[in-house]
Amino acid sequence: MKLRFRIHLPKTTIVSLLAVVFGLIAGAILILATGNNPFEGYSYLFRGGLMNIERVGNTLATSTPLILAGLSVAFAFRTGLFNIGAAGQMLFGGFCATAVGLTLNWPKAIILPVMMIAAITGGALWALIPGILKARFNVHEVVSTIMMNWISYWVIYYIIPAYFKGSYLETESRQLPHGASLKADWLTHLFGGSYINLGIFIAVAAVVATAFILDRTVMGYELKAVGLNRYAAEYAGINVNRNIVLSMMIAGALAGLGGATLYTGNALSMQIGVMPSQGFDGIAVSLLGSNSPVGVLGAAIFFGILYSGKGFMNAMTRIPPEIADTIIATIIYFAATSVLIERALGWLKQRKRGA
Amino acid sequence: MWTIIQQIFPYAVAFTIPLLITALGGLFSERSGIVNIGLDGLMVVGSFAGALTIYKLQPMMPKGAVWVGLLAAMAAGLLFSLLHAFACINLNANQVISGTAINMIAYALTIFLARNVTGSGNIHIVSGLVRKDVPLLSSVPVIGKLFFSQTYATTWLVLLILVLSWFVIYKTAFGLRLRACGEHPHAADSAGVNVYGVRYIGVMISGAFSGLGGAIILVTYSGEFTGNVAGLGFLALASLIFGQWKPLGILAATFFFGFASTIANVSQVLPALAAIPGVILKVFPYAVTLIALVIFSKSSQAPRAAGEPFEHGKR
Repeated sequence: MKLRFRIHLPKTTIVSLLAVVFGLIAGAILILATGNNPFEGYSYLFRGGLMNIERVGNTLATSTPLILAGLSVAFAFRTGLFNIGAAGQMLFGGFCATAVGLTLNWPKAIILPVMMIAAITGGALWALIPGILKARFNVHEVVSTIMMNWISYWVIYYIIPAYFKGSYLETESRQLPHGASLKADWLTHLFGGSYINLGIFIAVAAVVATAFILDRTVMGYELKAVGLNRYAAEYAGINVNRNIVLSMMIAGALAGLGGATLYTGNALSMQIGVMPSQGFDGIAVSLLGSNSPVGVLGAAIFFGILYSGKGFMNAMTRIPPEIADTIIATIIYFAATSVLIERALGWLKQRKRGA
Repeated sequence: MWTIIQQIFPYAVAFTIPLLITALGGLFSERSGIVNIGLDGLMVVGSFAGALTIYKLQPMMPKGAVWVGLLAAMAAGLLFSLLHAFACINLNANQVISGTAINMIAYALTIFLARNVTGSGNIHIVSGLVRKDVPLLSSVPVIGKLFFSQTYATTWLVLLILVLSWFVIYKTAFGLRLRACGEHPHAADSAGVNVYGVRYIGVMISGAFSGLGGAIILVTYSGEFTGNVAGLGFLALASLIFGQWKPLGILAATFFFGFASTIANVSQVLPALAAIPGVILKVFPYAVTLIALVIFSKSSQAPRAAGEPFEHGKR
């Protein structure tokens, strides 16, 4: 028997797709083990994310902060940095946007850009500290960004009730007025009442922008060179420390923007005492998307489908909604152990050649 | 002041102990050369396994259930850490990414399973450990009140493990091999040490200790599995670095965190501290850690090969 595959996909794409398949299989086994029907479960899961135009809109809205958080992690990764602090940067960036939106009473066309600039600045500043600590003192960014996450968490925890307290709840900020949110009537109507908002355009623009920076500019070239081999880059005359700080700031800016889409688009207020889980999911998104902007976009939309479909699945079956998170986590484990998949692929190729 | 210290000391200790045991676990892993950022997830696994065991056993054996639960937590943490060991040691995976995956699987899987058990995703245990006075010692003036009254048995267990860990790492042949694998695995390899085996043991110890840490939170101050341990695993990781990869340094670092966090939590009811804004007290431990990392960065004692995959025969 001779089977010939002529489609050429990059190896990283094949590994990612196989990781997804294995993750879904693992999820199916788990559903089966807890006494439910995996086919029924998956059909409700995907229908819940894609069944009609409103649900597609919700899926895209769910994906929006994931895209930006994923870009943030991916961008830092390309410079050899592990930005585990996207959550804190989202929180602080989102807070800056919310604060501007609640304070200034400007027309929508002016205030929205100002809010986004505030979010970018806030996120970038929050990532600046770990960046400097890494460049100047060689403090590992994993630990420093985790510390920054908690600092952000507690700062927001105290600032919101003190200055932006909501009218009913102590634990929530005031609602943003319609004129200072990313929600747009025409978009809501277009998607049949979904909570999709202008954030998705920001996210897609960010995908294009990061792809451009990484692949088409000197700055991107230098950033990647530092990531591939710090010492070689230094020898070639690239200022490594400057690039580390710059990369962290851009990563922080992207995460901050993600926070803005989360708190001023998908939601209209900020809750205290909650770390945005999207910050950590960003790591998964980036990894599955093999750290490329377009890959991040695809991975984030896939995760968006799982997240927005899990409620529907939970309503129609007895399967707990956390199955979505379990599937995503398993996918990441398979992506992390991609050597296993690559070895298996190599083995298959060799066998085919031998036959 | 003295009465305040006396009042918050038991709470500070209760908060320190799970951090300490988890950071000690991380110590074994990192000293063998494997960075384990999955400590947090492993704690959650321990908390889940402990809660489930105690929840099921408590009706049958009200007294011993807690201890069986702690054992189950250690076993579960150990088994779960094998995922990390396999990825990092056999497959040369990026250790930080594998650790992140361990965390994500732990958070999602435990809640998923807990929902199948209780419906709500939380598992409540009826009774945990009881605080007890240490006989004789608790009546010693000054220190008796501070150190030996109203203590949990797990506190003494963890302190015993701390002493044993110090002994094992610095005074035994295994400890020497462990440190060699973390500093220079190829040298260890050429001296006939099984680097893969030692690293497996290092990661497994970190799994068992983190599992125990998660379960100690459960049986001492929380009483309930909720699907997370409030990020204590990451704090343990920071303590490990803050403590410069040394058992006694870790003790000091975790106690610092325990004390600072407790002060922040009780500041409202203490007149001496009520004047300080809460946000400063809450942010204090994290800010100090950042500063400490900067100060230690010049003379970092990090195991030299931590995070590096080891391939037999590669020079």
